[in-house]
Amino acid sequence: MSTTTTKTAFWRGVRDSAPFTLVAGPFALLFGVLATEAGLNLFEVMTFSLAVIAGAAQFTALQLMQENAPTVVVIISALAVNLRVAMYSAALTPYLGRAPMWQRVFAAYLLVDQSYALSHQKFEAEPAMTVPARMAYYMGTCMLVMTVWYGASLAGALIGSALPPQIPIDFALPIAFLAMVAPAMRTLPHVIAAFTAVVVSLFAAAVPWSLGLIIAGGAGMIAGAQAELWMERRA
Amino acid sequence: MSTLTLWTVIISLGVGSFLLRFSFLGLVGDRPLPPWLLRHLRYTAVAILPAMVTPLVAFSNEAGTGPEPGRLLAALVAVGVGMKTKNVLASIGSGAVVLTLYILIMG
Repeated sequence: MSTTTTKTAFWRGVRDSAPFTLVAGPFALLFGVLATEAGLNLFEVMTFSLAVIAGAAQFTALQLMQENAPTVVVIISALAVNLRVAMYSAALTPYLGRAPMWQRVFAAYLLVDQSYALSHQKFEAEPAMTVPARMAYYMGTCMLVMTVWYGASLAGALIGSALPPQIPIDFALPIAFLAMVAPAMRTLPHVIAAFTAVVVSLFAAAVPWSLGLIIAGGAGMIAGAQAELWMERRA
Repeated sequence: MSTLTLWTVIISLGVGSFLLRFSFLGLVGDRPLPPWLLRHLRYTAVAILPAMVTPLVAFSNEAGTGPEPGRLLAALVAVGVGMKTKNVLASIGSGAVVLTLYILIMG
């Protein structure tokens, strides 16, 4: 089924993103809880979540601040964890780069794992989509997820430390990311890219400031690209 | 942590994260990207996400020296179900169920 009008594209995005609210919700909730436990007040928690919208980076910053790490290290580490959004930005540029600047500003603010993963997959599968339809789909994928993100941050901050410590909510992050990536193993180069990233990340885990993530991710991307070239030459 | 430190971090991360997100989308615009770059970008998600998750799974025990069995099992099940069904919710659900059962059984 092709996504033709901007209105249907928007609602398609909203529908496709619905499962991801189950992912974004727990993170925002957990951040609200942990940040409140760390001594942040409601206004600080909400500003943090609204300004940064990146679970992993926010948790990194929170952790390092509690360890009294130098402010510069806190900022660099959290941004390093979040460097992947620059790669998402590059990956979406061929599809959304021709949209008006004000739309791109909004799209940039809303660029998270979920909006990237869903949109990139969609745009790749339907190359005939117009730029306005793509932007509508993209905004659709953001709407529910962001509403839940803000709401759950607020709920977490209000709940505070009332959550029972036995619940392994921290592990929602790894499970969620694995669930996003597993269905994307469409071709051999995709599998090679993922496998390389996994192996390198184990060796690079000790690299300070979370830069191991960038090293392993970069290695995986190079491996995937090389595998693709190799298969093209053989075909 | 002091209020000044906190706000420095919040504002820096807010501005920094936006600039990372805006970088290509805002500044490159509709100029065509070279094929070699596009070829690498196809593998961003399948490389970066596993690179982020692997250490979280591999060093998930309390000392941070190795995997915690329940979490390793849950991660493997989530990947297996995700690859088999291509369904995000089924993958998340199976991982969560496995981890919950493991914690209930092993206490």
